[in-house]
Amino acid sequence: MDKGLQSDRNQLNVQELIENNKRKTSIGAKIERVIPWFLLLCAIVSVLTTLGILFTLLRESIGFFSDVSIWDFYTGTEWSPWSGSYGVAPLIGGTLLITLIATIVAVPLGLMSAIFLSEYASDKVRRIIKPVLEVLAGIPTVVYGYFALTFITPMFQGIIPDLGIFNALSGGFVVGIMIIPMVASLSEDAMNSVPNALREGAYGLGATKLEVVFKVVLPAAFSGIVASIVLAISRAIGETMIVTVAAGATPNLTFNPTESIQTMTAFIVQAATGDTSFGSTIYYSLYAVGMTLFVFTLIMNLFAQYISRKFREEY
Amino acid sequence: MSKVMEKKNVETSVENNKVSANTSKKAGDSSVFMVENLNLWYGADQALYEVSMEVPEKKVTAIIGPSGCGKSTFLKTLNRMVEMVPIVKTSGEIKYRNENIFNNKFQKEYLRTKVGMVFQKPNPFPKSVYDNVAYGPRIHGIKKKEVLDQIVEKSLKDAAIWDEVKDRLHENAYGLSGGQQQRVCIARALAVEPDVILMDEPTSALDPISTAKVEELVQELKKKYSIIIVTHNMQQAARISDKTAFFLNGELVEFADTNNLFQNPQDKRTEDYITGRFG
Repeated sequence: MDKGLQSDRNQLNVQELIENNKRKTSIGAKIERVIPWFLLLCAIVSVLTTLGILFTLLRESIGFFSDVSIWDFYTGTEWSPWSGSYGVAPLIGGTLLITLIATIVAVPLGLMSAIFLSEYASDKVRRIIKPVLEVLAGIPTVVYGYFALTFITPMFQGIIPDLGIFNALSGGFVVGIMIIPMVASLSEDAMNSVPNALREGAYGLGATKLEVVFKVVLPAAFSGIVASIVLAISRAIGETMIVTVAAGATPNLTFNPTESIQTMTAFIVQAATGDTSFGSTIYYSLYAVGMTLFVFTLIMNLFAQYISRKFREEY
Repeated sequence: MSKVMEKKNVETSVENNKVSANTSKKAGDSSVFMVENLNLWYGADQALYEVSMEVPEKKVTAIIGPSGCGKSTFLKTLNRMVEMVPIVKTSGEIKYRNENIFNNKFQKEYLRTKVGMVFQKPNPFPKSVYDNVAYGPRIHGIKKKEVLDQIVEKSLKDAAIWDEVKDRLHENAYGLSGGQQQRVCIARALAVEPDVILMDEPTSALDPISTAKVEELVQELKKKYSIIIVTHNMQQAARISDKTAFFLNGELVEFADTNNLFQNPQDKRTEDYITGRFG
């Protein structure tokens, strides 16, 4: 058999075979031409979806603002749509409070984890810890919500006795835990991509490990780290389930984290799942609040891009 | 993790020292390094075998040899940078100015301020030229602006690059050419006023003109510093060094005055290498 193959090969003319195949593949050539269009179509789907959402938000918001003036909406300090007050400030305040608490929790913990993983952990330790950390990101947020309500709140009540069942502190704290992997994982990627030659340069001057981390690696990875933090913050702004379950449904313009509050997202859930009638002012207010939320996250994303361009240390 | 590993290395080498301490002779005043029976392993692979040599003060010592012969490893052992690879183990001893650098009490950070290093590829920090040169003094606690200004100017002048960068001290060092970057890196090493400068093929990534400038600079620097330079380029070793060490397969084959080594090699393997029969 080997011999047969050998002699076959000797008689074969590869160029001839290619010529033969070419004639057969005229359909293949057509596919080659069609494929890019097909791929473009797939890419356009998400662009169109974004535009569609934006269009709906705008149209329904305009409907809302013909009932309630924009001025009252953004300057009013009372949100009780069922009795006709549409001042969005308490919802924005609630969202910012949750975001602030989450940031205070997630940024130090996430950054320190990233520094540990990238600079101190051995390969073996990193290979175990990083996936475990990333599992945190895969836990459904409703589970986090009940974790906040049934575990974190009672725990905090041990320290702060007059903490209510629903409060911004537990909600914000758990949102913070949820976004730790985002900060840690993306920051670690940024630090990992700092070339080793830079570390060696610093070690060669007698720098200690800590000096290398804080005076070479962190500055060089700064833009990536800031981008990760801003992305995590915009995730916290948009977080819904945890705050709906744990932070309450009391629109409350306060910066006291022990009180119950309501975020923009939690209001949307409340109104969308309740018996709000189609076409009512409350129904349209959903879109106005959604629009406001969208603007917030859009600004955060633009800010992230601006920061990472401005502070990029090229290497 | 690496910390634990380093400690282990030190311990093993300390044990070995007990054996060799009695037999080792005191380094003379004119030598910066006394290397005795140095063995080094990457995991199970031995990279250096029983290397012993004495590195003279205020001279240029070149280390030559084919790729993978252990010359870079040897150089990095002198300032313990080789320990960046966590699986490294060593035995034997290296004395820097009569102190064993593997000793527990001997801090590697201190060693590295005394024994500076210039790398194969220019590796400036992604910061301004000024901040690059001021980095070393700053981490060692020098904060005053006037002092730093002086150090930066002097180091850049000593590295023969002051005239080219004096108007762009606060621009990113990455905007400079490769040759200029390498001289900024040399200035960065000079800024802490080390005693010894290790150079790991410092011109292999540079064009001929930049190479010539760095070679000229090395001649200038040896008035004040002891220089050990690893090079692929035998002509370069012959041009700029006072002494040359030839490494092959992790062994130090021959170590002699550069003229002697090139004109009258004692070992057959050295002769084969410098006449281009292999490598």
